[in-house]
Amino acid sequence: MENFGYTVIVPFLLFISFLLIGLAGGKFKPALSGIAGTFSVLVCTVVSYITAFSYFSGAGLVNDVYQKIIPYNTEWMRFTDKLVINMGILLDPISVMMLVVISTVSLMVHIYSLGYMKGDSGYSRYFSFLSLFTFSMIGLVISTNIFQTYVFWELVGVSSYLLIGHYYQKPSAVSASKKAFVVTRFADLGFLLGILILSNITGTFDYSILTDPNGSALTQGSAISFMGLSVMTWALILVFMGCAGKSAMFPLHIWLPDAMEGPTPVSALIHAATMVVAGVFLVARLFPLYALSAPAALHLVGYVGAFTSLFAAIIACTQTDIKRILAFSTISQIGLMMLALGVSDFGGEKGLGYMASMFHLFNHAMFKALLFLCAGSVIHAVHSNEMNGMGGLRKFMPVTHITFLVACLAIAGIPPFSGFFSKDEILVAAYEKDFLLFIVSMIIAGLTAFYMFRLYFSVFWNKASDYKTAPHESPLNMAVPLMFLAFASLITGFIPFSKFVTADGKGFETHIHWGIALPAVGIALAGIFTAMVIYKKESDLPQRIKASLGSLYSLVYKKFYIDEIYIFITKKIIFNGISTPVAWFDRKVVDNTMNGIAAVTNFVSVKIKSFQSGQLQQYAYVMVSGMIIIILFVLYLWNK
Amino acid sequence: MIEGIQLEFFLILGTLVFFIGIYGFLTRKNLITMLMSAELILNAVNINFVAFNKYLYPENLEGQFFALFIIAIAATEVAVAVSIIISLYRRIKSIDVEKVNEMKY
Amino acid sequence: MDILTLLLIVPVLTVIAIIISRTQNQIRMSAAVGMGIQLIQTVNLIFAYLAERRNGNIDDMLFVKSWMWFKSFNIQFSIGVDGISVALIALTGIVIFTGVLTSWKVDNLSKEFFISLIVLTTGVFGFFISLDLFTMFLFFELAVIPMYLLIGVWGSGPKEYAAMKLTLMLMGASALLLLGILGLYVNSSAAPGGLMTFNIIELSKLNIPIEVQRIFFPMLFIGFGVLGALFPFHTWSPDGHSSAPTAVSMLHAGVLMKMGGYGCLRVAMFLMPDAANEMGWIFIVLTSISVVYGAFGAIVQKDLKYINAYSSVSHCGLVLFAILMSDKISTNGAVLQMISHGLMTALFFALIGMIYERTHTRDIRFMGGLMKVIPFLAVGYMIAGLASLGLPGLSGFVAEMNIFVGAFQHADTFHRIATVVVCSSIVITAVYILRVVATLLLGPVKNNDFNLIKDAIWFERATVVILIIAIAGIGMAPMWLSDFISNSLNPIINKLSMIK
Repeated sequence: MENFGYTVIVPFLLFISFLLIGLAGGKFKPALSGIAGTFSVLVCTVVSYITAFSYFSGAGLVNDVYQKIIPYNTEWMRFTDKLVINMGILLDPISVMMLVVISTVSLMVHIYSLGYMKGDSGYSRYFSFLSLFTFSMIGLVISTNIFQTYVFWELVGVSSYLLIGHYYQKPSAVSASKKAFVVTRFADLGFLLGILILSNITGTFDYSILTDPNGSALTQGSAISFMGLSVMTWALILVFMGCAGKSAMFPLHIWLPDAMEGPTPVSALIHAATMVVAGVFLVARLFPLYALSAPAALHLVGYVGAFTSLFAAIIACTQTDIKRILAFSTISQIGLMMLALGVSDFGGEKGLGYMASMFHLFNHAMFKALLFLCAGSVIHAVHSNEMNGMGGLRKFMPVTHITFLVACLAIAGIPPFSGFFSKDEILVAAYEKDFLLFIVSMIIAGLTAFYMFRLYFSVFWNKASDYKTAPHESPLNMAVPLMFLAFASLITGFIPFSKFVTADGKGFETHIHWGIALPAVGIALAGIFTAMVIYKKESDLPQRIKASLGSLYSLVYKKFYIDEIYIFITKKIIFNGISTPVAWFDRKVVDNTMNGIAAVTNFVSVKIKSFQSGQLQQYAYVMVSGMIIIILFVLYLWNK
Repeated sequence: MIEGIQLEFFLILGTLVFFIGIYGFLTRKNLITMLMSAELILNAVNINFVAFNKYLYPENLEGQFFALFIIAIAATEVAVAVSIIISLYRRIKSIDVEKVNEMKY
Repeated sequence: MDILTLLLIVPVLTVIAIIISRTQNQIRMSAAVGMGIQLIQTVNLIFAYLAERRNGNIDDMLFVKSWMWFKSFNIQFSIGVDGISVALIALTGIVIFTGVLTSWKVDNLSKEFFISLIVLTTGVFGFFISLDLFTMFLFFELAVIPMYLLIGVWGSGPKEYAAMKLTLMLMGASALLLLGILGLYVNSSAAPGGLMTFNIIELSKLNIPIEVQRIFFPMLFIGFGVLGALFPFHTWSPDGHSSAPTAVSMLHAGVLMKMGGYGCLRVAMFLMPDAANEMGWIFIVLTSISVVYGAFGAIVQKDLKYINAYSSVSHCGLVLFAILMSDKISTNGAVLQMISHGLMTALFFALIGMIYERTHTRDIRFMGGLMKVIPFLAVGYMIAGLASLGLPGLSGFVAEMNIFVGAFQHADTFHRIATVVVCSSIVITAVYILRVVATLLLGPVKNNDFNLIKDAIWFERATVVILIIAIAGIGMAPMWLSDFISNSLNPIINKLSMIK
């Protein structure tokens, strides 16, 4: 077995790059910091590819099973002899796959940003945070223990916060960043509690013990039950709460659409391809626990995923901000990945859903990053996010147009683009396990095709708006990543994923189930066709549909008023309902009690001081009467 | 030992003089009369000292010595008190005790 | 001259140097040099301590020295340190040095100001090295009383009120402490009429009867708890902090409040473990309230210093909470939290002082967009905020995780529920920190006057950089500090765990 010690260079280099650009960035010429950041990511990409190539070409394989390899592990913090937080690198099929995804997308985004962010006043700050993000994301996927995951989980959260708030003078960006952080933080509370319970019942943080399918960790904690579910199930549900926050599952999805306030390349990297799939990744990482020890939790994952996916797909059909459409599409696709995990079993071909989920994650990263980068190009050209103000852009921006079309076809699941293959596997997995979820995923497939092509036709076809300055194609350094990712979306579907990434490390054969694939493609085509009819040419059809749906439309357009509910909870309940009373209570009750004690002392003293009248005779009077009382008392005692 | 006069008579006299003194001290507003009342109290004690000495321990003289001491101290006390009263009078043009409440709180 | 006594002598010499100084510059230079030497000494102390441990010295307390001070009552001047006190002494060294730096511009009665500040520090150093309860109490008072002058004379806002309130509440605490200490003292002789002692080490070897502990444990715990902002005795903190001058806020929140935690651990818990075990639940409830309540209270405050004061209530509540859990991991976390909170709150107050000097307001409603005009201070503030909400890589995370993991080791429902409640503070903390960061630093520049203000100058930069390095250092490499502390916790934890 090969020693993958060189992989240490990846996080290390990125961290150095973060510190260097972050501390000294102001002194550099801006372009230099961009290039430095891009270069370090390039090196990491190369290292990741080498790692992936040698791992999957046999170095990771023992008896046809892909092993977990830990090339590096160092103690970071020790609680007890067993509860130790290590900082290390764990290579197994999913982490190697994620390495490739992250470094590829990150590299593309870096190259793209060199052009996109040109002239921005926070240019070097931007690149240093990108490095920080890439570092933390890679740290997250290569974690050797669940606490390391938590550490980097928080770090990606904060880098996301910093990058969403990149345009910090824009109030909407500031509040979006705040919202993203607080919502994910709330979810992380669940994750943290989950870790605490999990470590308490298994006595370890270590993945190699926790997720060993033959290990003892799986059976511990299933005996003790709490409110009808085993403690292990509760722990995993809490962990899933963290995943749901990061991956924007209902009802914690509200931060993701707002997060589009960040620069578009950031949305591509963080809020489409990498960070938001961290939740899927974590469920996959703990998959043996979910599948073997707490199937109830896994069902929850599947159903939450399915519901979110449907829900987001419906909302996406009504939005008009192009980035928000993509954001809801991301939520929907991640929901689909969760669904796939939820319908999976552990081991062999029964783990099809797991494999399909990872496959879809991989493909989705490529085409969704592409979609966002295309959207970035469009925004760059038009200076607006609003779909209604666009149209006819295919003439002005041919490269963006073609690559966007490729991505749309990929996400809609049209063969031979990558989305088709992974979506087919998901559908097959769902069909075999749970017919309800299968139907849901079919509907989602249709909706996805519809809203993506609605976007496509509205932006690139339809009637050209009268632009103030004619839109232009993006410069080469922005176009190259588009072309690369379009190419990736074309070919990644042909990777025999099931040979490499499976729940138990053993590869198996898959083939396309035409019985399911054909209807799925049919539904997708129907969606595309509908979109074409409504949006390709300028017409009043969209308005008429909107009018006929009436309040239903506005309900969906307002995203089912979930945001309003949250605002109610935060503003009315937390601010006005708890904090203001607490602050009032503190000032008025607790503090006044303390002041009251002082006031009582003061009052008593005021009363007592009138004894000191200064009147000699009064003193004498008191003295004499006191003396008499004492004498009488003594006499009384004497005679007794 | 005086024929026909018992110790109790002296004690009753002493008590009477003492309480007259106390009464005067507590009720008079004039500082001089208060001082005089204080003298009465002292003299009541003197009577007691001398009487006890004569009737109970005629062979000793401590009681009479004490009476002499008290007379001496009373004299000095008067000197001090009168000088205080005079300076008070210079300050506030009065020797009414109720106007002297500089010691208030 | 031994290393601990020097810790007391250098401040005294500094005070003398300040007294004979003539110009403003001489005064502050002598203060800075003196405290610089003190900082070097504390670092030296760390190395000396480590060297001693490496040489195989496994005593509980190192560098122990004892002089008889008042023979008939057996009061000794007895000093010694273990890992906990060394760590806190190092914290004090850093905070006072940076505190002197931030006071560079104090020109109103500066001589008296620096003298009071350094006398206060002497009290703190003395407190941490004392092994004798009586001298410990003496140093405690020495630290508290200059605070009255410092707030009352150099403060701002309703300073007399705040100073009076703070001092009176702490004096009330002192009264309880004194009672508690005397209570321990009179019960410290093995046989009736035997020699009684104030010495902590000797007291810890005794078995104090449970009835006695029941009376004096609450006294000592509340007495120290007042300084550690235990609910409901925390109300001096918002007023006191907001009126105090910058350096005093730093010292007070950064160091003095840690004396409370240290005292609770070293005196109340260590000497009276039975009562701690029996009555701990009352205080666990109170501290859990502190943690959540402080955080909720901070959400709606408008004054920067109030926000921080409430945040301190929450964070110091966590310290006391962790101590009460009487678990090794969580107690370790408590000490880490003391240090971490000391550093970051010092940073916070330093930055607030610097921002206030520039904007002349502390009301966040009138501020905004400072990131644009004073990026250095703003980034510093952001880092302090992130440390405070427990971002990994900064010190707060390390401490909090130790506390949570440790507290969760208890198997019973009560402790677990308390832990869950306390854990929820990480969300609330995030809410108020981000609210401040968003309104204060981000967004458009609210007031045109702000466009004219200048970023930090050298001594301000030095303060901020020193504190950030310390925070990030602990956050990134927690092992050495954690090991440093946890070895010294053994005697305390052993005593506490014997009960169970």
